[in-house]
Amino acid sequence: MSDPVLPLGGAHYEGLADVRETGPQGMIALRGDLSDAGLQEAVTGLTGVPMPDMRGAQVMGESGLLWMSPDELLVLVPYRQAARARAQLAEALQGQHALVENVSDMRAMFRLRGTQVRDVLAKLAPVDFARDALPVGELRRTRFAQVAAGVWLSDDTTAQVFCFRSVAEYMFNLLRTAADPDAFVGFHTG
Amino acid sequence: MEMLTLECPYCGVQADETELHAGGEAHLTRFGPGSSDADFEAYLFMRENPKGVHFERWRHVNGCGKWFHAARCTMTLEVFGTYPAQTAEPPKKIRDAITAKRPGWTWRELS
Ligand SMILES: [Zn+2]
Repeated sequence: MSDPVLPLGGAHYEGLADVRETGPQGMIALRGDLSDAGLQEAVTGLTGVPMPDMRGAQVMGESGLLWMSPDELLVLVPYRQAARARAQLAEALQGQHALVENVSDMRAMFRLRGTQVRDVLAKLAPVDFARDALPVGELRRTRFAQVAAGVWLSDDTTAQVFCFRSVAEYMFNLLRTAADPDAFVGFHTG
Repeated sequence: MEMLTLECPYCGVQADETELHAGGEAHLTRFGPGSSDADFEAYLFMRENPKGVHFERWRHVNGCGKWFHAARCTMTLEVFGTYPAQTAEPPKKIRDAITAKRPGWTWRELS
């Protein structure tokens, strides 16, 4: 197996938040009937996390389940296991109207850390990033400036952002600009 | 600047106008092969352009990706409600919500 190459080689910027390109992350797009018991058993068994509710982000380490839409999950697995996990899920869902695809290499991921994380994110998306509007563990699909993005907070000072690989550099530059130390806001603190 | 916010009935997100794609007038009846020229022309080109109550299709494009319906006022941007795409007409709950705020409203053959 060839070595995976991160879109930006693990880019890093330290400002209002610590912005770091992460990955490679195994990602499997799954479309199907999310209420089906067999499907739920397959994805929770594979990842070891509970089935997410609407907009839920159930993530533990490199494994997890992101609720993308009423009929779509993004299944997170360690990168090296993605091909096998895809085959396993396809097997488990045989006979169902479902789609399973390994999209690991289609994506870029970034981790933002620090007390200013909600302020940094709020500069880029038309989203209410207040604690009660976007609690920890809730996925928000949106746009960051001009590109589609997904974001969730894994704890109060850590955000995970993902987007298409083709716009990785654009996304990193956005995050870096929003995290410029001269652009302190201080709205979401406390 | 006034912005429009619609709650997506599929994922529950309060979606900003810029996360949505406008899909034009709602509840059109499609006239295709075999229809009269007049019906086909009306289906393709004739649209309501109300000052007030209106029914539209929207897609949550920067989000869950689903198409849905919205009932709103084109003059004030007040939103009466959103509802799933799988219906040929606005549900009673939506029509009642409009009547409560705009008594006597009409739109095409609806009232
Ligand atoms: Zn939605």
